[in-house]
Amino acid sequence: MGIIWNADSMLGWIVMAVNFGSVILYGAMGEILTEKAGHLNLGVPGIMLCGGISGFASTFLYEQSTENPSKFVMLLLGLVSSVVAATLAGLIYAFLTITLKANQNVTGITLTTFGAGLAKHFGSVISAKSGSTAIRSAVADDVFNAKIPFLSTDLGVVGKLLFNYGFLVYLAVILAVLLQLFFYRTHQGLNLRAIGENPGTADAMGINVTRYKYSAILAGSAISGIGGFLYLVINNVQWSTALDIEGMGWLAVALVIFATWKPVNAIWGGYLFGFLSKAGAYAPTFITGITISQNIWSMTPYIVTIVVLIAVSFRMKKESRPPAALGTAYFREDR
Amino acid sequence: MAQTKTAKEPFVHVIRKEDTPMLKKWLIRIFAVVAALIVTGVLVFAVTGINPFKIYSSMITGSFGTPRRIRNTIKLMTPLLCLGIGLAPAFKMKFWNIGAQGQMLVGALAASFVALTFRHLPGGLLIPLMGLAGLLAGAIWGVIPAIFRAFWNTNETLFTLMMNYIATFAVMYSVDKWKGESSGFASFKQIAKNAVMPAVLNENFYICTAIVLLLVCLMYIYMKRTKHGYEIAVVGESEKTAVYAGINVKAVMIRTILLSGAVCGLCGFLTVSGIDFTLSSTMNNGFGFTAIVVAWLAKFNPFTMIGTSFMMVFFQNAASEISSMNANATEYLSYVISGIILFFLIGSEFFINYRLVFRKNHEKEGK
Repeated sequence: MGIIWNADSMLGWIVMAVNFGSVILYGAMGEILTEKAGHLNLGVPGIMLCGGISGFASTFLYEQSTENPSKFVMLLLGLVSSVVAATLAGLIYAFLTITLKANQNVTGITLTTFGAGLAKHFGSVISAKSGSTAIRSAVADDVFNAKIPFLSTDLGVVGKLLFNYGFLVYLAVILAVLLQLFFYRTHQGLNLRAIGENPGTADAMGINVTRYKYSAILAGSAISGIGGFLYLVINNVQWSTALDIEGMGWLAVALVIFATWKPVNAIWGGYLFGFLSKAGAYAPTFITGITISQNIWSMTPYIVTIVVLIAVSFRMKKESRPPAALGTAYFREDR
Repeated sequence: MAQTKTAKEPFVHVIRKEDTPMLKKWLIRIFAVVAALIVTGVLVFAVTGINPFKIYSSMITGSFGTPRRIRNTIKLMTPLLCLGIGLAPAFKMKFWNIGAQGQMLVGALAASFVALTFRHLPGGLLIPLMGLAGLLAGAIWGVIPAIFRAFWNTNETLFTLMMNYIATFAVMYSVDKWKGESSGFASFKQIAKNAVMPAVLNENFYICTAIVLLLVCLMYIYMKRTKHGYEIAVVGESEKTAVYAGINVKAVMIRTILLSGAVCGLCGFLTVSGIDFTLSSTMNNGFGFTAIVVAWLAKFNPFTMIGTSFMMVFFQNAASEISSMNANATEYLSYVISGIILFFLIGSEFFINYRLVFRKNHEKEGK
């Protein structure tokens, strides 16, 4: 067994890792926001699929219906429609688990099945109508994958490493930092965390538990939805049923734990998950004499997540633990 | 609650009710299903243009249209019911085992490994050996999260969820390795004849169905009539009460999840030996997750699960029937349809467990 260094391949691997990592990061940020409100939403993969298909369908159909599609309209359509669809999917979950106090696991899993079915259905119907299995919106690809001029081309390796992504990748980092500031530096963030730890106490403090929960879950779903659309963007805005948005969604649920519920940790954690999930394609150029199957590489993010989950429960540090009220419905009269 | 006359008194408030009569419970649920069917009909009509009444009649023919379809319905129900039975004691204890999928997969993996390794043993010896391997593998896969939950309070929902994906990739890896040069994992009917469950009335899966029905009875007795079952119920109600009552919560938890995982592992064995005759990471199309819904809807009662697992298969069959009707309908509609029906059923539980009280001294005098 030996190791060969191949700079070009490593660069490709890292760029891939950051792109896919950002998809997972969006999903995870949405889920962190949701879990901070005390709700475990296993519907994230379904929400991401809804966001993805909605963003794709609107940009694709717009491009098909107009002679000269406007880039600005394309930008708005892609983002707004993925956010709206994801928020609506989140609303189903929010209504059932907050207002109707339904079991969160059952509701979440049903939402994933439902969302995946909806997305794949509309995807296949649009494919069948346009008579091709690989349908693509070229203008949306131009818009969302536009690279920063000069910086991405003229700075050599540094430029390719740092400035070679669509704007959604940078937005993810900014959003993660803002989310972190929101949780730990604002009054509202403190209130939200209080609800996730003990909704009864938060309620007694005069915090409107229901309003906070709805806001957190809907905003979280919207953020996750952008992740679903980003997955299509990094695949050149091309839809096929082979796309594995669902797998990315489950990695996002794992990333929340890996990041110990902190958005800033999820940035590098997401890139690491992206790196590991693409290892099957790239690692063979670096490691000789032994082949490690893609399936083994694909396992690793889940294994490290379990290790983190265990480590977190061993340590007494409270801020690294899951929110105490995670997964339980809040009913005022049960206090 | 005192009716304080303040400006902020909510228009409606919610109180818990414990004593909903059986008849009313079922009326609420039936109402939910009917409402869901109307929504489904309208939605499918809007999307595909198929007449809603044709959709409803295809639901019946999808599951009962021909003797072959009836057999197929039973064949699909068998593993789903088995997984539901496996989850019942865990959920009753409020241990959210989301890992049935993984426990089933490792059970299937272990059974397949035994089948391939000892393929020359006579069936009467090989099949029980495979079953044992499946049981053990599922139990081990389940008990790892349970041990961490019992001793260090590690979140079991997240842990068991992660274990599913490790199991999925382990099966994909093994299938890749064992299939050799061929394009897919060959049927046991070709490569390990002795590992195939003997056929009764021309169908191999009937023995599996019989085993699962036996498990339904045994699990019912275990949960309702034994000391173990009582302990599970107490731990599920409140761990603190259980400690006061002198129950060893850690032991009960580990014991129960060993059983839960073992039954899910057994389902993996039944699937490879009597239903699919092959190993695949997509076996039983994600029933490990569907079973969570089956068990929860049945309120963890094994006999009720026969009904709920039938319902899930029924809607799945219906949708595959609808999907062949025109170009706007696809196989994926089945997930949409069962999703809508489940949302309604999940929501209807609220009206069984809670009651709405409207504000008094208002134009809309209500109770």
